[in-house]
Amino acid sequence: MDLDAILLQVLNGLDKGSAYALIALGLTLIFGTLGVVNFAHGALFMVGAFCAVSLERLLTISQISIDESKTDFLGNPLEVETPYIEMWFGEAIGQGIIDWSVPLAILLTIPVMLIIGIAMERGLIKHFYKRPHADQILVTFGLAIVIGEIIKASFGATENPVAAPAALARVTDVGALVGADTINVTYPSWRLIYMAFAAVVIGAIFAFLQFTTFGMVVRAGMADRETVGLLGIDIDRRFTIMFAIAAVVAGLAGVMYVPIKPPSYELGMQFLVISFVVVVVGGMGSLPGAVAAGFLLGLLEAFASTEWAKDIIPGIDQIIIYVVAIIILLTRPRGLMGRKGVMEE
Amino acid sequence: MAILQVRNVSKRFGGLQALNDVNLSVEAGTVHAIIGPNGAGKSTLLNCFVGRLIPDTGTVMFDGKSLLGIKPHQINQIGVSRVFQTPEIFGDLSLLENVMIPTFANRDGAFKVNWWKRADRESDVQEHAEAVLQEIGLYEKRHEIADAMSRGDKRRLEMAMCLSQDPKLLLLDEPTAGMSRADTNATIDLLKRLSETRGLTKVIIEHDMHVVFSLANYISVLAQGTVIAENTPELIKGDPRVKEAYLGTEAE
Amino acid sequence: MFGLNRNDTLLLIFVAIITFAAPILMNPFPTESSLAQFNAGYPDLMQRFVIFGIFAIGFNILFGLTGYLSFGHAAFLGAGSYACVWMFKLFGYNVLPGIILSVIVAGILSVAIGYISLRRSGIYFSILTLAFAQMSFALAYSVLGQDMFGLQGGLTNGETGLQVYTSDPQIFHSEAAPNLPHLFGLPMRETWVWEYGAWSFQFNAGFYLCAIIMLVVFYMSIRIFRSPFGMMLRAIKTNQNRLNYTGVNTRPYALAAFVISGMYAGLAGGLLSAMDPLAGAERMQWTASGEVVLMTILGGAGTLIGPVLGAGLIKYFENIFSKINDAILEGWFAFLPETIGDAVVWVLHFFVGKGWHLTLGLMFMIVVIFLPGGLVGGLVQGAKRLFGGRRRKNAPPPSASPTSQAAE
Repeated sequence: MDLDAILLQVLNGLDKGSAYALIALGLTLIFGTLGVVNFAHGALFMVGAFCAVSLERLLTISQISIDESKTDFLGNPLEVETPYIEMWFGEAIGQGIIDWSVPLAILLTIPVMLIIGIAMERGLIKHFYKRPHADQILVTFGLAIVIGEIIKASFGATENPVAAPAALARVTDVGALVGADTINVTYPSWRLIYMAFAAVVIGAIFAFLQFTTFGMVVRAGMADRETVGLLGIDIDRRFTIMFAIAAVVAGLAGVMYVPIKPPSYELGMQFLVISFVVVVVGGMGSLPGAVAAGFLLGLLEAFASTEWAKDIIPGIDQIIIYVVAIIILLTRPRGLMGRKGVMEE
Repeated sequence: MAILQVRNVSKRFGGLQALNDVNLSVEAGTVHAIIGPNGAGKSTLLNCFVGRLIPDTGTVMFDGKSLLGIKPHQINQIGVSRVFQTPEIFGDLSLLENVMIPTFANRDGAFKVNWWKRADRESDVQEHAEAVLQEIGLYEKRHEIADAMSRGDKRRLEMAMCLSQDPKLLLLDEPTAGMSRADTNATIDLLKRLSETRGLTKVIIEHDMHVVFSLANYISVLAQGTVIAENTPELIKGDPRVKEAYLGTEAE
Repeated sequence: MFGLNRNDTLLLIFVAIITFAAPILMNPFPTESSLAQFNAGYPDLMQRFVIFGIFAIGFNILFGLTGYLSFGHAAFLGAGSYACVWMFKLFGYNVLPGIILSVIVAGILSVAIGYISLRRSGIYFSILTLAFAQMSFALAYSVLGQDMFGLQGGLTNGETGLQVYTSDPQIFHSEAAPNLPHLFGLPMRETWVWEYGAWSFQFNAGFYLCAIIMLVVFYMSIRIFRSPFGMMLRAIKTNQNRLNYTGVNTRPYALAAFVISGMYAGLAGGLLSAMDPLAGAERMQWTASGEVVLMTILGGAGTLIGPVLGAGLIKYFENIFSKINDAILEGWFAFLPETIGDAVVWVLHFFVGKGWHLTLGLMFMIVVIFLPGGLVGGLVQGAKRLFGGRRRKNAPPPSASPTSQAAE
C-alpha cells in the first residue's frame, strides 16, 4: 500500500471511529456515573438521526398550487409544491434553510434529547439502580425494541436519506487542506466535518468534566460513588443531568451521521452491538478508554476492509472487531483503561 | 502439633507494607486469636490462608501442605473452612440447601456432574445437613429462604455450612462484627459449645476483646504487619507492648 | 413417577397432554369462521412452538440456574442447523443422523466458546458471547460461504443458505425413501387431517417427532433442576464467591451448564432443518439470541415451564398477531360509532400486524419491571398471595419437599 492509500484508510478509520467514540462515550458515562448498563443507547443515537429526518420533513411541508404557465407531458397544468418556508422567507433563503436542515437539526436534537434523556432516567432507569445488571440490560433492551418500532411506525421500514448541505456534499482535497501537495487524497467533506464535530463534542465533554464543579463531582462519583453519596451531595439530580447529557451526545452523534448513513429503524441495534464492544474494550466506565477504543476499532476496521488485508485473511473485515474484543477481554480483563473491580462480581 | 505454620510471610501493596515477616503457628485443637488494631494486617493475613492473596515471600503450611498458589476451592478441599466478616451465604436457597451444598462438596469433591439423582433423595447428605442445622439451632427454619433470616441467623447458618464439612481448621473473620451484645454473647456460647463438642481448631480474627478473652487459648498480636507478641490470654493481658500497641488505645 | 416428585410428575404429564393434544387445542375455531386466523394448529407453527421451546428450555439451564446471561446462543442454533443439512447432503434425508450431529457440533462449539467466555462474568460474559456469535454469523455469511476446498458454496453457502441439491452424494439415499426429510421412511411433512364438523385438525409427523423430543429434553431439564448438579448451578447464581470457598470448583460447573444449553440449542437448530431442510446465516444473528432471551424472561427464568410458555407466546404473537391488519381490526370494531371505531383501529394498528414487535417490546419491559420472575413467577406469587394466608394457618406440612423447589 502506498502512503495515499494508507492515509485514505486512516481517514476512513477516524470517520468510523468518531461515531463509535461518541456513542461509547455516552454509554460509558452512564455506566460510570449511574452504574447502569444501557442497551437503549443505540436507540438514542437513532432518535438523534431521526431528528434530522423530522426537521427536513417539517421544512419541506409544502403548499400545492397549480402553475398555469407550465404543463406536464400530458399537457395538463403542473402541480407545484412550494414549501411554506420558501413562501415565508423567499425562495433563496427558504431553499438555503432546507439545504442546511442537517446542521440545523442540531438545534432540534439538543432539546429533544434532553427531554427524552430526563424522561427516561426519571421514568425508568432510576428504578433500576439497585437491580442486577442483567435486569438493566433486559429492560433497556426492551426499550430499544420499543423505540425502534415507534420509529418504524412513524418513518417506515426503509432508509430515510437526508443530504448534507450542497456546499458540504462534495469532496475535499486533503493534500490542499493540510498544505502538503505530495498528498493526493480526496475525501468527502461532510465526513471531515463529522470528525471535527466529534472532536469538538468529545473535547467539550472532557472540558465540562474537568473544569466545572459539576464535572468534578461526577468524576469523583465515578471513582468512588459511596463516598460522594456520603458527602450529602444531591446525587439524584446530577444523575438525571448526566443521563440527559449522555443522551444528547448520542443524539448529536446520530444527527450528524445522517448524510453518511441514511437512518432506518434498525440503525439503533446496528450501532448498539458495536458500541458495547467499544466500551468493553476501552474499559467499562473509562471515558478516555471509550474514546481511544472507538478510534482504535474504527481504524482497525478500516484497514481490515482493504483488499490487501482481505487477501491475507479472508473475511477479516467482518470479524476484526470481535476478534480484537475477545483478545483484549481475555488478556486485559478490564479493558484498555478500565478500573479494577468494575462489573467483575 | 502445629496444624498451620506461617513462616516469614511478607506482603506489600504499593507503598504499604501490609505484612512484614510474620511467623505464626497454630496448634491443633486450640482456638488461636489474632488481634490487633485497624490496619494491622489481620485480614491480609487471613486472605493469605485461603488463596485470595499470595504473599510476596514466606510460606504457609497447613497439615504438611503449602497453601500458596492453590485455589480457594482446593484449600477448602484439604480441610480449611472460612467464615466471612459479612455472612456469605446462598441467599436465594433454603437453609437446608445452604448446608447441603458444602456437604456435597465434601462428599463429591470440587466437581461432579451428578444430574440424574434427585437432591432430596440423597438421604446421607440431607440427614447430615439436618443434623448440623439441629446442632446449630436452625433446624426448625430449614425450609426458609436464607436471605429472609436475621443477621445473627445468617452468621449461624454460615457457621453451620462450615461445620458440615468437618474442617480441620476453621477461620473466623470477626465473627461478631456488627452484632448486638446479646447476639455476641450467643455467638460466644455457640463457639464455646462447638469447641467442647467438636474440639476443632479455630483461628479467630477479632476486634472485640470480650470475645477474644472468652474464647481464645492463645493470642497473637499483630501491629503494623508484624507479630509483636504472642502468648496465652492471661499473659497477653499484662504485656506492656500489647497495651501500648492496642489495649492502651482501644481497650473496652 | 419417573423419579420425580408428585408436583413435577404432574407438571410433566400436564405438559405432555397439552403438547400431544396441541393440534386440537390450538385449533379452537371452525375453519370457516372469522376467528380461524387465531388458530395456531397448523404444522409449521406448532413445530416452531416445540422447537423454540427446546431452545428456551436449554437457555434456561444456563441463564435461569447460573445467572450467566448469554447473548450468543444463536450461534449454536445456527451451527446445529448447518450440521443437520450437511448430513442430509452427505448421507441422505433420514433426520436422525442429522439431529445427532447437530447436537454434537453445537456441543463442540459451545465447549470452545464457553471455555473462553466463562473466564469472565457479568456483563463481560454477555459481551464475549455476543462477540462470538456475531463473529460466527459474519463468518457463516461471508467467508465460510465462499467456495473452498473444492466445495462450491463452502460450508454455509453464504447468503443463499445451505440446502440439498440433486447433485449431492446422499450416499445412503435409497430409491424407496422419500426425497425429503423423513424418519426411517416417515416423511416429516406427512400430515393426517381429521375433519370434525366445521373443524379441521392437522396431525403432522414432524410436529410429533419434535414434541416427543421436547418432552424428553424437558424431562431431562427437570432432573437437572432437582439434582445436586442443579443445586450447585443455583448456588453459582446466588453466590459464586461463597461456592468457591466451599470447596467447589465453579468454572467447570458453569461450563457444563453452558455446554448443555448449547447442545439444546443445537438440537433445536437441527430440528429446524429437519422440518425444513434449509439453513441460513440469519439464524446466527444476535437478534435470534435476543429472541431466546426474551422467551425465557417473559415466561420466567429459573422456572421449569416458563421458557416453554414464553417460546409459545412469542412464536404465537409472531405468527398470529402479525397477521392482523387494519381491515381485520375494522371488522372487529365495526359495531362502534365510526369515529370512535376509527380511533380505536388507529391506536391498535400500531400494535398488531407489522407493529407486533412493539407489543413484544412493551410486554417484555412490563415483565422485567413488574414481574422479575416472568409470567410464571408472577402467577406463582399471585397464587401465594391469594392462598398463602390460608395455608399459613395450617400446620406446616411435614412431608413438604426438603429442598426449596423452583417455581413451576
